[in-house]
Parts: sequence; C-alpha cells; structure tokens
Amino acid sequence: MTCIGCPMGCQLDVTKEADGTITVKGAGCGRGVIYGKQEAVAPQRMVTALMPVKGRSRPLSVKTATAVPKEKIGDVLAAIAAKCADAPVKIGDVLIADVCGTGVSIVATSNAR
Amino acid sequence: MENDVNVDVLVVGAGPAGLAAAVAARKAGCRDVRILERDDAPGGILQQCIHNGFGLHRFKEELTGPEYAQRFIDAVEEEKIPVQCRTMVLDISPDRVVTAMSPEYGIQQFKAKAVVLAMGCRERPRGALMIPGTRPAGVYTAGTAQRLVNMEGLMPGKRVVILGSGDIGLIMARRMTFEGAKVLACVEIMPYSSGLKRNIVQCLDDYGIPLLLNHTVVDIQGRERVEGVTVAKVDEKRQPVPGSEIHYDCDTLLLSVGLLPENELSKTAGVKLSPVTSGAVVDDTMQTSVPGVFACGNVLHVHDLVDFVSQESEEAGRAAWAYASGSSKTAESYTAVLDGFGVRGCVPQKIGKTGADDKVAVSFRPGGVFRDAEWRIRDGENVLFKRKGRILTPGESIHVELPRKLFAESESVTVEVVQEGVSK
Ligand SMILES: Cc1cc2nc3c(=O)[nH]c(=O)nc-3n(C[C@H](O)[C@H](O)[C@H](O)COP(=O)(O)OP(=O)(O)OC[C@H]3O[C@@H](n4cnc5c(N)ncnc54)[C@H](O)[C@@H]3O)c2cc1C
Ligand code: SF4
Repeated sequence: MTCIGCPMGCQLDVTKEADGTITVKGAGCGRGVIYGKQEAVAPQRMVTALMPVKGRSRPLSVKTATAVPKEKIGDVLAAIAAKCADAPVKIGDVLIADVCGTGVSIVATSNAR
Repeated sequence: MENDVNVDVLVVGAGPAGLAAAVAARKAGCRDVRILERDDAPGGILQQCIHNGFGLHRFKEELTGPEYAQRFIDAVEEEKIPVQCRTMVLDISPDRVVTAMSPEYGIQQFKAKAVVLAMGCRERPRGALMIPGTRPAGVYTAGTAQRLVNMEGLMPGKRVVILGSGDIGLIMARRMTFEGAKVLACVEIMPYSSGLKRNIVQCLDDYGIPLLLNHTVVDIQGRERVEGVTVAKVDEKRQPVPGSEIHYDCDTLLLSVGLLPENELSKTAGVKLSPVTSGAVVDDTMQTSVPGVFACGNVLHVHDLVDFVSQESEEAGRAAWAYASGSSKTAESYTAVLDGFGVRGCVPQKIGKTGADDKVAVSFRPGGVFRDAEWRIRDGENVLFKRKGRILTPGESIHVELPRKLFAESESVTVEVVQEGVSK
C-alpha cells in the first residue's frame, strides 16, 4: 500500500505475523508505520455526500461526523441517499443518528433555510 | 442606495479571500468596508467543495468547504460588513473608481480609497489543450462538473475518463463514483501527479481507478455526444508514442488541467502581472503596482490550501485599510525576490526593507519533483536561509514566515532548490 502521510508516498509492505503482531516495512518515517498498521487492521474513511431535501431541487451537503470503516462506505452512501432532510437545516445538525450500525452520525455541512 | 458611492475599502469577490480581507480591514479599524460579489451568495468556490480537508492549519480540524466558508461568512455578518451579491464588477480604473452592474441597482460607481482584488481563479479551458477531434457534448472541466453534481444535484454522465490528475479531478473521480458513475481512468501527461498523495489513494486506489502517468488523450470520438476517447503513452518530449493507443468507451471527459488567476479586471486597473504566477506582482503587504490596489487569494497565485488564502488575505485587508486611512508606512526601498533553479512563482516579488510587521510571509511552488533536496534563499554567494525537505513537489507549495531584517541588506535575493550540494 502507499502511505498518504506526505508526498514521498512510500510503498509500505505490511505483514501480519502468526502471533498477531504487524510489521511495516518500507516506511520512510514513523508516521508511515502508524498508518500502515491502521490500514491493515481497520481502514477508515470520512464520507462526504449529498442528501436530498424535501421540496427542494438543491441537495444538502453532509458528512460522517468521524471516519467510518472503509467497507461500510457503500452502505453509508445508500443510507444518505435514501433519507430526505427537512428544511431548515443548520451546519452540524444530526440527520442520521447511528448510520448503518457504525455508531457514527451523519451531520449537515451546509445550511438549508 | 445611490449609484455613486464613496467607500474606504472595497473588496471585489466574496470567496474566502475577500471575506477574510474585509474582516481584517474592519478589525483594524475600518468602518466603511464593503464587498461586491457576482454570485447570489458569498463563499466562492468552497461552496461546491463538499469534501473534507480544509482548515487543518487554521482551525486544527478538518472541515468541508462549505463549513470553512461559513466561519468567514459568520464573521462578516458579525462585523455587519455589507456584502452586495449579484453584482458583477466590470471595470476598475487606475485611480480606483470601480464600476459594477447588478439587477437591483443597475450600473454603480464606487470611488474607493483602497481596493482589494479577490476574484479567485478559473479553470484552464479545453481550447488551451489542443486535443484534436470534434467538439461533442460531454466534455467538462472538473470544476464545472463539481458545480453540477454538488450544487445542482445533476450528473454529467455515466462512464467517465479524467484528463489531468490535479486535486479537483481526483476529488471528482470519487464523487462521480459515489453518485453511481464508472470512472475508467485518470490520465496524466506528466511523470508525476500534481495531486496530493492522500487524494490519489483515497479517490483513485480505493475504487480501483487506474492512474496512467505519461499518458494523454489524443482523440475524442462522437459527433453530438462523446462516445469514446483514445489515450496514448507519451515520450520524454510529451509526444504520443504510435502504437500505444488505448480506447475507452465513455460519455464524459473531465478536464483537470490547471487553474488560472482571473485577472481581466486587474488589467483594466493597469496592475502589472507576473508571467509566472499569472497574478499581480505584489510587495509584502499584497499591494500591486497600482497604489491602493491590493490582491489576495487565488487571483494573486493559485493556492492549494485555503488556510494560506485566509492568512494572506488578512494581510491585504489590513494593508488596504492602512492605505485608505493614510497611516501606511510605505517602504522607501525594496528587496527583489527572484525565482532560481527549481523554484516557480515566489510571492511576494518584493519585500519592503521597512514595514509595519517584523515578519514577512514568502511562498513558492517547486518547479519539479526533488527528493532529499534543500531549498535556500541567497544574496549572491551569501546564504540567508535554508531548509531541508525530504521531498519537494509542484503539487505542494512552500510557505514560510521569515524575519524582515533577513532581507534588509540585499538589493535582491534568489530562492532556489539545491540537490546534493550542487546548484545550477
Ligand atoms: C475545485 C477546487 C477544489 C479545492 N480543494 C481544496 C481542498 O481540498 N483543500 C483546500 O484547502 N483548498 C482547496 N481548494 C483551494 C481553495 O478552495 C481556494 O484556494 C480558495 O477557495 C480560494 O479563495 P478565493 O477567495 O481566492 O477564490 P474563490 O473562492 O474562487 O472566490 C472568488 C469570488 O470572487 C467572485 N468574483 C470573481 N470575479 C468577480 C467580478 N468580476 N465581480 C464580482 N465578483 C467576482 C466569484 O464569484 C467568487 O465568489 C480547492 C479549489 C478548487 C477550485
Ligand atoms: S512513511 Fe513517512 S516519509 Fe514515507 S510517505 Fe509516509 S509520512 Fe511520508
């Protein structure tokens, strides 16, 4: 995998040993080791998307409040698309409480008056 | 409102640059500052950048574009600074008479004591690209597509090829994938991408979208609508290699081939432009060659981080008020800042030997990819400042704050990259 810590983009070689420890080779610095472990164990991503608003043609921009597991991205997007927000909405308003059982909420990133 | 208006500080553009400049002018004591904006709401390009990644430097948190913009919109509202939207600025004279047009007021003339230019940038259009072939529908700049998808909720197409690997193109690859499109490839003529590593991994690799370096689009098929594109490898001279063609069936081609500062207005004011940055030539207070006219944000030089836009614009706003109120201490002499080997577009281009601040901010863009390199500022043989970098790339501009007195003895200084101890 490629480290995203800086433009060097070191190619990381991550291996899981039999005893469960993870070794990261190829990192140019400590940040790469941390990133490599995180990516190997539980890769996470922030998701930003659009949610329809009732009675409006313009959708509302939203995000996951924190990163969600990478393999849940598809489900999270579907949940956002399936929901319809009621205006008015303010930045930071929670639109979906615990999205797809991740424990993370979907919040508004723009205002709809 | 009258159609002839006197104003102390007039800001053109309500993107993050204009908003920050206006707030800074107000905080410095300017009671009469106003902003003109052609769009129907403030916020600028950030309103369509719904992805996260803004504000890490400034707010120590990762905001989306609209959230970052809103913080500055709130500040402008708190300071009760008037923002006149749907107002297109048409002309700025060298003595700072600004002509604008709006449905509400028709033609207006603003006589400003100081003007801040904050018009942002536009994308390089297809015409500048010299792709042969017909001109069917389905060719968009990445920013136009971003506006359609994120603001209007419209999808430009279903099968997409992206030419250019700038950050906007990368971000759009993921956006269009999220909205159900198939992104077939991202094609980059250079041997490296100008986009952030993070965007390459999280927008392309995550979704199995190939990044073809050293490739370009050589043909577009389709009469009415794009039906396909032909991509070919290029040699060291960036010429297509015969026999290397790959064909993609697609209905959309997105162009992400760079941004250009929007300086038509600056030209009407007689502002001297730099051929390297395509923005105004400025001193360390962001004052252009026309006294009382300042520039900041993407109209001055293309930024990759909005955090630095805000910082630079605050400087411009304060300096504009100092000029308008007659309290500015114009430097008597300047140090010229020149681009040396491996360095493109130093801003500011000159630094006052005296000035209100003890510190000055300098930024530039590396002219290529340099590993384990050092960049430095020298006056002749005398090295004034140096810094090592594990890697320097054109995709990440360099910003530093340095003491003004560092430059005080020099007529001119050169900023350059040195690799393995040898400079050219
Ligand atoms: C698509 C895209 C993606 C980006 N992604 C990131 C990112 O992930 N992270 C990050 O930190 N930065 C990012 N940036 C950079 C950042 O958004 C910009 O640097 C910032 O928005 C520049 O602010 P600005 O105020 O100079 O320009 P703009 O935001 O473009 O604002 C200029 C304003 O001036 C107005 N205007 C122009 N001409 C006139 C006229 N004649 N009369 C009246 N008004 C006028 C325009 O309507 C506009 O509102 C991105 C930029 C773009 C284009
Ligand atoms: S490992 Fe360190 S040097 Fe290498 S890309 Fe990651 S952050 Fe950069």
